[in-house]
Amino acid sequence: MPRTAEGRAADALRVPETAPPTESGSAAWPARPSASFHRPGGEGGARRTRTGLRTGAWAAALGVLLAASVVVAVTIGPAGLSPADVWASVLAHLGIGEPTLSPLRDGIVWQLRMPRVLTAAAVGAGLALCGAVMQALTRNPLADPYLLGLSSGASVGAVLVIVLGIGLVLPLAAFGGALVALVATLALAGAGWGAGAGGRAGSGGSLTPTRTVLAGLAVSAVFGAVTSLVIFWSATGDSYREILNWLLGSLAGTDWTSVAIAGGAMLLVGLPLIASARTLDAFAFGDTAAAALGVHVGRSRALLLGGTALLTGALVAVSGAIGFVGLILPHAVRFLVGSRHRALLPLSALAGAIFLVWADTGARTLFDPRELPVGILTALIGGPVFAVLMLRNRRLA
Amino acid sequence: MTDPADHRELHADRVRFTRGRRLIIDDVDCTVPGGSVGALLGPNGAGKSTLLHLIAGVEHADAGAARLGDRDLAALRRRDRARLVALAEQEVQDAPGLRVAEVVALGRTPYLGAFAGPDDRDRLVVRRTLDDLGLVGLADRDYATLSGGERQRVNLARAIAQEPELLLLDEPTNHLDVHAQLTTLGLLRSLARDGLTVLAALHDLSLAAGYADHVVVLAEGRVRAAGAPGAVLTPALIREVWGVEATVLEHPATGRPLIAYSEVAERASVAPDRHGASARA
Repeated sequence: MPRTAEGRAADALRVPETAPPTESGSAAWPARPSASFHRPGGEGGARRTRTGLRTGAWAAALGVLLAASVVVAVTIGPAGLSPADVWASVLAHLGIGEPTLSPLRDGIVWQLRMPRVLTAAAVGAGLALCGAVMQALTRNPLADPYLLGLSSGASVGAVLVIVLGIGLVLPLAAFGGALVALVATLALAGAGWGAGAGGRAGSGGSLTPTRTVLAGLAVSAVFGAVTSLVIFWSATGDSYREILNWLLGSLAGTDWTSVAIAGGAMLLVGLPLIASARTLDAFAFGDTAAAALGVHVGRSRALLLGGTALLTGALVAVSGAIGFVGLILPHAVRFLVGSRHRALLPLSALAGAIFLVWADTGARTLFDPRELPVGILTALIGGPVFAVLMLRNRRLA
Repeated sequence: MTDPADHRELHADRVRFTRGRRLIIDDVDCTVPGGSVGALLGPNGAGKSTLLHLIAGVEHADAGAARLGDRDLAALRRRDRARLVALAEQEVQDAPGLRVAEVVALGRTPYLGAFAGPDDRDRLVVRRTLDDLGLVGLADRDYATLSGGERQRVNLARAIAQEPELLLLDEPTNHLDVHAQLTTLGLLRSLARDGLTVLAALHDLSLAAGYADHVVVLAEGRVRAAGAPGAVLTPALIREVWGVEATVLEHPATGRPLIAYSEVAERASVAPDRHGASARA
């Protein structure tokens, strides 16, 4: 019977338009549910299949766009490279083709630009993913690793271990910083929030978007100041530039180690987060509803928020605190495919990767030969988006 | 346990729950026979919502047990419990960006694996539930654009899509006009006839008396009375629990009890501080 439903998708597609819309809560319901109501063909299955196809189409399109963006972004800048040169270099390094570029040009592709572009893609994907997960768990459309202070907490952790000269634990220290900042923000935003398995429905509701963002602002301010102090106190060279890079985020100087850290974090933490779509969906109506649907609310929230802190830490360790990526992209993707996380999470990650690849390409070429911290560009775009979201969600305040 | 109705009988057995230092649910015993509609009554703050949350496993009792037939609900794995017990909440919250069909599909959560998508059966259940509740025309609407009554109906549909044996509802008639109230309660009755055990927290005593097979009156976290509506809802009990004077009539058409309130009681023996009665005395 359900197969029939899918087979008759074209037929069923018409139904939502032709079915008379019900006007209000007082409209008549069939008084008695009965098997006789069930028609063999149905709208739900066909519609879902349709949205499934649409999600797949978007994923394929964004995947192709990302691959193309990476190749094209590597060609942009001085040296006059072509996409074919980039391909040749990549294939040669993968041991598939013969090297055709001069060592210098090959070095530009493989040692300078490719790691930077790939790091941008991984960081963008991870930040957008973190934003989408945090927005679901806090039921707050303004949640984002930057706005809630995680990024600045991670910066403090990263800067501290760099100053202390123990670079190997850099991502872990950043994770520690992000976790401290997250706990501080949530504690500040709503005392007692998320306490206990299952939680109290009312206390979940007390964590308003406004309070959360204000708490994030306070935490960011303090951690940002600590980052600046540590750099200023310890730096030997151009401390102002270094402070700017950590506070605004920059992908200058990233190498294959950065790719390994950011990409590894995406694989180890990002993929499990993407796989938690079902759990995040269940949070749509709050903690009580999630618990009644069989979700272990306390454990899920701790694990998933811990995951976002871990991922944010690894990303900030290579890029500094790049803002607004986690805010903009999930909302843009929601606009396209709706709020179900099975579609939202992977598409947000892809869109975030594409977005940051181009934002960083702009940052390193717009004022060539000078380079902007990429966070300036993301904030230029993200600030207005934040304002629009705030105005649209006035009742959330 | 050969009779399926016995298998679906709800028993709460000396359930006790404290929050902070406050005792919210105090040794509650209650029973709702399988395949019947139970109404959970009581003034604000009596612990109705909390008792529903305890039975649904949203919160955990300090002592006592809730059983469905011979199954201890607290001992079940969360997912297994969510396949037996569904909770439709009073709170009408926004679910940003979700469409009605997607909200109803959330009810399938306890049946889905972590990675597998919904299968044919899940789709069938969602479709059937939309159909049964007259929501087909709203299936593609954004939940946030619905009226309060429509949202209540969608929340109920989500719970029914869980295919539970026990359906718990927290004030399902809140914010509904008379027609929608009677339709909701009629639907609960027909679900019970099909074998579902229903327990609904209600405020309207006459509605409860008109539709419930069994009422449980809660006051200050304790069961004050339980049984058939006609036997339980007496003027003396209503005065004592709610602090109002009432006459219990017989409904001229249905023969069910009909409660006519007259005024706030001069002296309420239970919780006078909550009912303004002491202010008048």
